Amino acid sequence: MANATYLSDHDASAALAERIREANAEGAPLRIVGGDTRFFYGREVEGNELSTREHCGISFYDPVELVVSVRSGTPLGEFEAALAEHGQMLPFEPPRYGAASTVGGMVATGLSGPRRPWAGSVRDFVLGVRVINHEGNEQRFGGEVMKNVAGYDLSRLMVGAQGTLGLITEVSFKVLPKPGATHSLHLELSLDEARRRLAEWGREPLPISAAAWLDGALHLRLEGGPSSVAATRARIGGNDLDNGFWAALRDQRLPFFRTGSLHETKAPLWRLSLPHRTPALELPDVDERLMIHDWAGAQRWLHTELDADTLRRACQAAGGHATCCGPRPTNVEPFTPLPEVLMKYHRNLKAQLDPKGIFNPGRLYAAL
Amino acid sequence: MNILYDERLDGPAPELDRATIRDSLTQAIPDMTLLHREEDMRPFECDGLSVYRTLPMLVALPDTLDQVQRLLVECHRLGVPVVTRGAGTGLSAGALPLEHGVLLVMSRFSRILEIDPEARIARVEPGVRNLAISEAASPYGLYYAPDPSSQIACSIGGNVAENAGGVHCLKYGLTVHNVIKVEILTIEGERMTLGSEALDAPGFDLLALFNGSEGMLGVVTEITVKLLPKPEVAKVLMASFDDVEKAGNAVGAIIEAGIIPGGLEMMDKLAIIAAEDFIGAGYPVDAEAILLCELDGVEADVDDDCETVRAVLEKAGATGIQQARDDAERARFWAGRKNAFPAVGRMSPDYYCMDGTIPRRELARVLKGISDLSERYGLRVANVFHAGDGNMHPLILFDANREGELAVAEALGGEILELCVRVGGTITGEHGVGREKINQMCAQFRPDELATFRAAKAAFDPNDLLNPGKNIPTPARCSEFRTIKSASADTAPGTLHG
Repeated sequence: MANATYLSDHDASAALAERIREANAEGAPLRIVGGDTRFFYGREVEGNELSTREHCGISFYDPVELVVSVRSGTPLGEFEAALAEHGQMLPFEPPRYGAASTVGGMVATGLSGPRRPWAGSVRDFVLGVRVINHEGNEQRFGGEVMKNVAGYDLSRLMVGAQGTLGLITEVSFKVLPKPGATHSLHLELSLDEARRRLAEWGREPLPISAAAWLDGALHLRLEGGPSSVAATRARIGGNDLDNGFWAALRDQRLPFFRTGSLHETKAPLWRLSLPHRTPALELPDVDERLMIHDWAGAQRWLHTELDADTLRRACQAAGGHATCCGPRPTNVEPFTPLPEVLMKYHRNLKAQLDPKGIFNPGRLYAAL
Repeated sequence: MNILYDERLDGPAPELDRATIRDSLTQAIPDMTLLHREEDMRPFECDGLSVYRTLPMLVALPDTLDQVQRLLVECHRLGVPVVTRGAGTGLSAGALPLEHGVLLVMSRFSRILEIDPEARIARVEPGVRNLAISEAASPYGLYYAPDPSSQIACSIGGNVAENAGGVHCLKYGLTVHNVIKVEILTIEGERMTLGSEALDAPGFDLLALFNGSEGMLGVVTEITVKLLPKPEVAKVLMASFDDVEKAGNAVGAIIEAGIIPGGLEMMDKLAIIAAEDFIGAGYPVDAEAILLCELDGVEADVDDDCETVRAVLEKAGATGIQQARDDAERARFWAGRKNAFPAVGRMSPDYYCMDGTIPRRELARVLKGISDLSERYGLRVANVFHAGDGNMHPLILFDANREGELAVAEALGGEILELCVRVGGTITGEHGVGREKINQMCAQFRPDELATFRAAKAAFDPNDLLNPGKNIPTPARCSEFRTIKSASADTAPGTLHG
């Protein structure tokens, strides 16, 4: 077991549990906050702030087991640095929206970065969680082993639930060794041609680990053993691309994402999640070439003033959904509304796990 | 403690008149096959854990979704429990019928609806066999990754219910990592889609919650899985060791070297001898343990990794290292492992397969503990181990025809699982809790955690009609379990053969 010494290490779970017991007794809603860097990703919550930041540190790390457990208030950057000391990483490349971004926020929002289609998402690497329930009991689901099917999978359920089902206090992850070799390529291709090639490459065991089309070019990352990366690079051609591009894409630091700059106010930012082979969506006044097509086409970003319903209908027809990230026009829900039956069971689950509605009420949907 | 449904511990069973229920169901769904004669229902009285048998009240064999829907609506109205069954290969009595319940058999839903090589997905009905998906995808150079040892027979619906694993999980994940969308019928007969053909879906991750929920939250009626490109090559190294602990340490050393093998399996002496005797896989029968390490991917990388692993194994003290020369030899190496259960079965009239998962670093300690328990209980135990992900399958050899021997095997199994929990592991890695491990759930979870599980269940099935009595024990059962445990803590468990 190895602990990075520079990480602050503090167990504040007893105090957090006490706050939750009080809130539950009073029926007073809590607004759960880590680094508060992901505030834009969801509805506003009205409630007393409950901060996880004091609850931080790596409680367990065994690089040989590929398992690490970390408290939710731990800054994501420090956590990743501790893994990197042992040549390991979070394979899903979570976006970091600032130095304050925490592990808890990463898990609660469930957002993954460029490697997601090939490596899996946040939830795919969660092995277990500790959660403080509405009664103030810290409960453990899943664990620190790779395979565990005892009871229902409540640990993965917490990923993306944005704290509406309980307070995540600790998460155990499977981690992986960093790849032996990495090389990035820039290929000037039309969007159609990029789509055609990605479809072809996708059926072969090539060491591709990121693929994003923007600004008239396909950006590609190869990762794997030195031999296969070199061979694939020779086969695919194109120009070399600085590997730093992927961190900028991941953390939304590319010029595309910049809002509120001096001379322009951009239209709302939308994230479209679609089956990767979905062709250009038929949307009025939307130029597909001005979008970012990440995840080999499965995650598309655009700025548009188009009304939410039109956009969402087009995405749903293709088997996907659309999320409005960041400043929203009034009356636009951030997340795609759920079908009635599905919403009924969401409400049931919320009522069962948080009967007084104290955990981040309304963060995902008004009714939850 | 009795494994079969026990009203005293598992809650009162509804009082139902079989003839009345049969009449109602026949009337509501006249076109559906509904078995009621004992001789017709006999084949359905157990799943792959055949020591536990219960004749169901009725067996429904629907052909259409509409029939399933009407069946659920009717059972919900009448308050009749429903146990859903796939191919019946499960090893935890998860599909064990109830005397007071209808067994819903999904095996007739066996069509592959779509293989889409562009999207790299397969859309299938729940009764489709696991291996059939890979076979159908094969012409496109694609396959479905999770491969439980029962993959020839087990159904994908059952795989979802149990979150099935296999020998390639460390690298390729479990069922939950490879299923992207399921269609569900709720106990009230509502249709619901979980997941998406996109890489995520809005709302809670109910897809994750339903994987491994043992048929207790809804009935899975259609499944979309992702397909992967077949690796260019796969090569297997077999290493023998004169000491189990050295083999265990070698596993960690491989991973420390930064390599994630496609498969990494370990067998102990008894399992090696059994497999060799049965299959003739070419295993070294004088070894205390063997490791099978499969490396797959792009050929150039695999060759590099083979060299690295070979060096690691030598350093770890392997007494022999053999690389399969061709695909035939590779298949033979794997055949020994994949047939380890039946091979061990030939050494004994019955065997009982455990499924604990432990942190790998605890392997030596746990194997020693199992060996001590084996001696104490007077039953032999062979060990087969998904070493890469820490999932153990100790096989307890016993003879059910000997008075009391099943009970001894159960007690020994229970202690092995509790040992796994004590070292930081779990009672089940991939077989599920079902009825089999219902008591050990009380050792792994606190009463308030079990209450949270029950709350999640109540969100989908408030009347507890879907597979009641499985997976999550009642407070009454746990309180009895704890009483028995504390009473026996002072006295050593009885030995069977003096």
